[in-house]
Formats: sequence, structure tokens, C-alpha cells
Amino acid sequence: MLLAANFPDGSGYVLAAYLVFFALLLIYLGITVYRMLGLEKRLTTLSEELDRAEGRTAAPPLAEPVADTPKDKIL
Amino acid sequence: MSLEPRGITTRKAVGALLRKELLLERRVPQVLPAMALFSITTFVVFRFALDATSVEGDTASGVLWVTLLFAAMLGAGRLYVADHEEGGIDALLLAPVDRTALLISKAVTFLVFLVLVEVVALPAFVILLLGPGLSPGDIAALALVLLMADVGIAVIGTLFGALAIQTRARDLILPLMALPLLVPVIISAAKASAPLLAATGADSLPGRYLALLGLYDLVFGLLAYAVFDYLFDD
Amino acid sequence: MYSSKLRIYTLATVVTLATAFGLAALYAPIEADQGFSQKIFYVHVPMAIVALGGFVYGGIEGLRYLRTRDPKHDLRSYTAIHMSVILGLGVLITGSIWAKVAWDVWFEWREATLVSFLIVFLLYATYQPLRFAILDPEKQARYAAVFAVTAGAFVPLNFMAVRLAEPFIHPRVLNNTTGGALPTEMKIPFYIALVGMTLLFITLCKLEMTHKLTRGRVKGLERRLDALRGETDDSTLPPRSAAPQVVA
Repeated sequence: MLLAANFPDGSGYVLAAYLVFFALLLIYLGITVYRMLGLEKRLTTLSEELDRAEGRTAAPPLAEPVADTPKDKIL
Repeated sequence: MSLEPRGITTRKAVGALLRKELLLERRVPQVLPAMALFSITTFVVFRFALDATSVEGDTASGVLWVTLLFAAMLGAGRLYVADHEEGGIDALLLAPVDRTALLISKAVTFLVFLVLVEVVALPAFVILLLGPGLSPGDIAALALVLLMADVGIAVIGTLFGALAIQTRARDLILPLMALPLLVPVIISAAKASAPLLAATGADSLPGRYLALLGLYDLVFGLLAYAVFDYLFDD
Repeated sequence: MYSSKLRIYTLATVVTLATAFGLAALYAPIEADQGFSQKIFYVHVPMAIVALGGFVYGGIEGLRYLRTRDPKHDLRSYTAIHMSVILGLGVLITGSIWAKVAWDVWFEWREATLVSFLIVFLLYATYQPLRFAILDPEKQARYAAVFAVTAGAFVPLNFMAVRLAEPFIHPRVLNNTTGGALPTEMKIPFYIALVGMTLLFITLCKLEMTHKLTRGRVKGLERRLDALRGETDDSTLPPRSAAPQVVA
């Protein structure tokens, strides 16, 4: 609005045009950030499941053989 | 293409395919009557939508071209339906026939359809809506414009009809793709035929619009020839 | 890896665009004929040129895909067209604003460049629906490439046709568009803005492709994990996105 006072002819329109450009850019980047958050979430669950799966595949040798299996195998 | 024996095969294949298409339409007329009826109905719609009992010049040209274009869209959507539903395309692709033969036969079939529809629609248009009469010279010039535009419409319709038939949205997506692509054809054709339909009479055909139509036909004809193969190589 | 030079590109984009817009605001003279509103030119025209270039580039990559069948080219073609459509939306809105201030109408049918752009935009707006409508990924890529090639060739032809249709009633804009009649003080910010916009396009394309590739790798990992656990994956479901499916 201050700009509009300094440049009377059509500066509101000019401002609007540049705002459109930056708004589009912002919307696009916003969507990208949103999608990246989703990806991050998937990666988190993925690593959690991987942890769990590792625990599960490592677990049978622990349970199946008799007690004399050394404990350090799990590590 | 004509040097090798393969060229003869292509020509023979085109002939055979063309006979097949035309025979199919003659045995069970489906597309042509629909297109012709649609055109005439659209003229009636325009009579009331414009609230005019007769049109001339730019408006006449616009009414004629919008009608023909939409009728063409109707036809392009049906161009591959019979093949698709009855598995004819698969049989064709198994046969040792050049894909180009398929393109040419489909495009020529569509061109023949368009010309036949215009043979019906144009007199109907003159009788129902056109204010000023047409001199024989006008008719000849108009026929030239129609034919050149039809070639472009046939090429686009054949290429994008083949594209659309493989999609889930077929009839929905074809006009959406083809109409913007055909805008240059409509611009040139409408501009070239407007003076022919004007009450003042035409001085001469504007050459630059015909040149543009020719360029369009050439560019998209070659392009369709180049990319059509890729639509069928499963 | 698309992300390798992403940081440099981002930095270059920000610097160039900031310089260009700064110069446009402070250094470039106010145009005698149109006054201050001519400043829209520095954002509108570079955006339009880059969008059209992106459409043509998408066609070229489509052609490369058809010849090599390398999914990389399909991804590039898709991304370029996707970005150009977004830029195209910006072009139409800023063009509309410019038309409003220059001629007091929101859309000027006699301005051939604007009309041509609208037609091209409408054509490319069907690119995404086309991809969505084809389930088989390979076929989707192939058909999208055929569309991209045809539409890419259509872009220059369409501009020619629309220009032929109308007498030039607004020569000053057309002169501005070609850059021929510009004084040097206007040319410098304009060309910098053009470079900046191109850099922005490249950056966003790289960002988009990096995202697609990363998503593909995550999906690949998920599949491997499922296979490890002996679960069947639900790959029979249609993909939710129309984007090229990259699985790394």
C-alpha cells in the first residue's frame, strides 16, 4: 500500500502479478514439503518395521536351540 | 517405400483394410448416419441458440465449422471401437502388416466419412441456415477448404483416437485433446470460408490460410506417420 | 542422482531472480507508453518463454523415451510438462492482470500471444488426465510420450496460426515480447530474469525428480520388507499417481 502511494499508476496490479508468481512458488514448495513429510513418515515406519523384523528373525535362533547357545549371537 | 516389395504389401494391406472398414460401415451403418444426423440437429440448435433464421459471413462460417468439428469428434471416438471390442486390432497386429498401413487405412476411412457427412451436411446448411446463395465458384472453393481441413482433422482424429481407445476415459479424453490441437485448422478454415459465405460475395480465396492448412496437414501427417507405430507395439 | 547439484542450482536461482527483480524495480526505467505497469513484463514474459521451452523440451524427452525406452526420459518429460503447466497457470494469471491494467479487460482476444498460450495450456492440461487414464505403467509412459511429441510440435505451429489470424493491433507488446525494441536498461533485467526463471525451472524439475526417485526407493524398500516377511504386496491396485513409477 505504501508502494501504491509512491507509484500511482497501476502499481497494485504489478504487485499482484509478482505476488501471483511467488504465491504459486510457495504453494508448490508447500506441497513438496507436505509430500516430503509423508515420505519421512513412511521411512520412519519402514525403519521401525525393519527393527521389529530384525528382532523377529533374530528371535527364533534364540528360542529354538537349547539354552547353551551363546547370548552374543543376538547382538 | 515403393522400392521394396514391402511397399507393395503396404499398399495391398491399405487397400484390404480400407475395403474392410467401408464394408463394415455399409453392412451395419453406424457412424455415418449418426454424424450426419448430429450435424443437422446442430444446425437446428444453432437456429434457436442464435435466434436467427439465416446466417451469413463470419457467423455462417463459425456455425458450419463448429458443427463439422463436433460431428468429426463424434466419428473419431468410434473409429477404433469395433476393432477394440471385437479384438480386431489384435488380429491385425499379429498379421505381418505394416503399422503404417493401419494408420493410412484408418485416416482415409475417416476422411471418406468426413467427406460423406459434408456431402449431406453442407446442402442441409445451405437450405436451413445460409442467407446468401452459393455460386459454383464458391462451392468449388469451399470444397477445397473443406477437403484440406478434413485431411488435418482425419490425421488428428486417427492418431488421438488410437491413443484414447486404450485409456479408461476414451470418449471423455479424446475431444479434450483433439479440440485444442485442431484450433489452427478451425482458425484457417473459418477464416478462409467466411468470405465465401458472405452476402457480399468472395473476391478470392485467402492464400495464406490455405497455405497454413497445407502446412498443418503436412506436419501432422508426417508426425503421425513417425509416432503411430509406438502406439501399437506391445 | 538428481539432488547432487540441487543446492548450487537453488542458490543460483535465488540470487539471479532477486537480482533481476531488484533491477526491474529500481534500475529499469519506467516505460513511457505503459508506465509502471510495464514492470509485469519482467515476470510474465520470462515465465511464458520458460513454460513454452519446457513444453518443447518435454516433447524432445518424449521422443528420446520412444527411441531408448529408458524410464529416465519419461520421468524428465513428465516433470518438464508438469512444471510448465504450473508456470503456464502463472503466465495466464499475470497476463490477465497485465491485460487488465493495459487495456482494461481481463482477457484480450486480439492479443495473439496470449490466445496462443491459452490454447497450448488447455492442450497440456489434458496430459495428466491422459496418464491417469492408462493403468499399465509402460503403456502410460509410451502414450504420454506420443502425446508429448505431438503437442511439442503443435506449440510453434499454433503460435503461427493464431498470429496469422489476427492483424497486429498491439505492436508495442509484440515488440516487447521479442525484445527487439527494448532499451538496454530494460534488456539487462529482462535477460537476467529469463536466466533466473530458467534456473528456477531446472531447480524445480530436479527437486521434483529427486522426490520421485526417493519415493520410488522408499517404495522399493517397503516391497523388499514385505517380501522378507513373506507378505504379498497389493501391486494389483492401480497407482494413485499419474507420475512415472520409478522403483529403484
